[in-house]
Amino acid sequence: MLATDTQTAAAPHAAHGKRVKMKATEVEVYYSEKRALNKINLDVREHEVTALIGPSGCGKSTFLRTMNRMNDVIDGCRMAGKILLDQQDIYDPNIDVVQLRARVGMVFQKPNPFPKSIYDNVAYGPRIHGLVRSREETDAVVQKSLERAGLWKEVKDRLHEGGTSLSGGQQQRLCIARAIAVDPEVILMDEPCSALDPIATAKIEELIDELRTNYTIVIVTHSMQQAARVSQRTAFFHLGDLVEVGDTAQIFTNPNDERTQGYITGRFG
Amino acid sequence: MSPSLVFLAIAALAVFGFFLGRRRVLAMEGTRIRASIHSLPSYYGYYMALWCIVPAAAVMALWFVVEPTIIEGLVLSAMPESYRAMSANQLTLVMADIRNFAYGNAGTRTPDPAIADAVRNYHGLHETGAWIVSIVGACLGVAGFAIGFWRINPQMRARNRVERFAIVVMIIASTIAVLTTVGIVGSLVFESMRFFTKYPVFDFLFGTQWSPQTAIRADQVGSSGAFGFIPLFTGSLLITVIAMFVAVPIGLLSAIYMSDYASPRLRSVAKPVLEVLAGIPTVVYGFFAALTVAPFVRDAGSAMGLDVASESALAAGVVMGIMIVPFVSSLADDVIHAVPQSLRHGAYGLGSTKSETIRQVVLPAALPGIVAAVMLAISRAIGETMIVAMAAGLAANLTFNPFAAVTTVTVQIASLLVGDQEFDSPKTLSAFALGLVLFVITLCLNIIALAVVRKYREKYD
Repeated sequence: MLATDTQTAAAPHAAHGKRVKMKATEVEVYYSEKRALNKINLDVREHEVTALIGPSGCGKSTFLRTMNRMNDVIDGCRMAGKILLDQQDIYDPNIDVVQLRARVGMVFQKPNPFPKSIYDNVAYGPRIHGLVRSREETDAVVQKSLERAGLWKEVKDRLHEGGTSLSGGQQQRLCIARAIAVDPEVILMDEPCSALDPIATAKIEELIDELRTNYTIVIVTHSMQQAARVSQRTAFFHLGDLVEVGDTAQIFTNPNDERTQGYITGRFG
Repeated sequence: MSPSLVFLAIAALAVFGFFLGRRRVLAMEGTRIRASIHSLPSYYGYYMALWCIVPAAAVMALWFVVEPTIIEGLVLSAMPESYRAMSANQLTLVMADIRNFAYGNAGTRTPDPAIADAVRNYHGLHETGAWIVSIVGACLGVAGFAIGFWRINPQMRARNRVERFAIVVMIIASTIAVLTTVGIVGSLVFESMRFFTKYPVFDFLFGTQWSPQTAIRADQVGSSGAFGFIPLFTGSLLITVIAMFVAVPIGLLSAIYMSDYASPRLRSVAKPVLEVLAGIPTVVYGFFAALTVAPFVRDAGSAMGLDVASESALAAGVVMGIMIVPFVSSLADDVIHAVPQSLRHGAYGLGSTKSETIRQVVLPAALPGIVAAVMLAISRAIGETMIVAMAAGLAANLTFNPFAAVTTVTVQIASLLVGDQEFDSPKTLSAFALGLVLFVITLCLNIIALAVVRKYREKYD
């Protein structure tokens, strides 16, 4: 039932073509001497939601963080292999990590609004990247981002209250608005709903589906229902290996690998 | 039999009571069918021990507080008429004399017959008192032991009672702390009032002359004494401002470096080393300021053609600033470190550079703590005495020139009260007024700091 839903949802976007937005080749990550990821090869297609699933500690979040080099800020973390963003290696020394992260944005597991007003939270990214010049431009970007994140109606009268005064679900949507305010091409989401209640989760999932028209999205999730609901492609990680990747419908109805089968039917994980 | 021995015996009895109480409740439980003990057995032990020791200790402590008054009253009433007619001050002297003879501190002097009688009387009373308190204490201890023993039964809620007692102890402790503060402030206010009866409040608060020398004898030619607060206040202000100009940038920048740039290894070495600075006695800073920094400032100044006093506000302020660096850096480092890592990651994830993250996300989030750290440092600077006394001098110049010699409120308080003083001259009393004003200033600073912290506090969860 779920599978057919996602299939019909995916169908219109086939028109976008299956252009590869990001391509990971032989990616390995080490924490000190411990290997966390094992030769990962994965294509992320444009205007699709790619879900990374797998049991805890399987390396899916680690992989997600390699895609905008967030692992750089972790001590003792080392990476091998290649990740291409539009045919360009993001680990190339000529790449400015700051610009990379403007193109590949990130939403975290726990909502982490800055201790600033709602307005300043959203305006932060455009300001540091010099995307806005005047007050009017900033206002416009803030409004557009909040609208896209489905938060505008709820906060338009209290833009100058603290971002931390919002509820958990609102905070997470604020973080999404903050990420899309810099107009990224790819948005990485690391279990964005794990700290939220079911209603807030439903709203975010709806939002993710809408965002797909403008952005490429990679989402790490623990909930297989969520992966089935929001994604077009699913990658299953296990113990640092990418076990299987394919269309979400195929992964959830007819997985090739026994381990995938075991995980999605709840036999382990 | 001495009271302290009795007290030790009671304490031993209480320890015994602890074990006995514990065993008793267990034994009682065994004698009944299906009875259960309300609290853990050790609570019954504590219950019994407390009954044993608390009333006895309270009575004995009370005795030691009131004993001198009672004995002295009794001794005095037994003395000849002529003594009883003396003034209060003279009587204090006589009593001190009696005590000195009684404890053998009077050297080889021989006492007057009347005094000798009083000393004998004093000895006798003292001994009797000790006996009485020992016996009363012992009785209370034994009685408490018995009461505790009688009251113990498995249904009694020993835990609740013992814990209620613990609460009472905590309330007493905090009451003592509060009362001490109130007492100190009260004595400041009271003595200041005495000063203000001799010297007008207005002249004190707004006078621009400070020269506290007063004539001690009527025929002495001395200055009449001027107690204008303003030069001292500007001196304190000047030195504090200089100190802050040194301490805040150095402290804050080193805190930022240590929390966000330094490797964990460097941090684990650098932070304790920096904190060693805080352990150096201020008097050491003082002679560093007086012997090294002040001459350096003077020579550097004269090389540039400036007129610099050999004791300058600048030297004292700079050294004081260095003294305060560890306070600022250590406290600020803690609060910067406490800013959740998720905020930093959020900023990096949006493509901020490290310095943007720190300036625009981390520092605003840490601001309340940083303000608190700076305020604490300011209170330290205002209260600091030794460095200023050694490096900035005693001259109460009304100036904002950092190259001039100035003095501060604290230094003047110290110099007013050093040496033999009579405690009813305006000179000494003015120290209390200075203390009071200093207290009010630091109190205001703390209130401002609290208000700032409350206004900008952010909750992260």
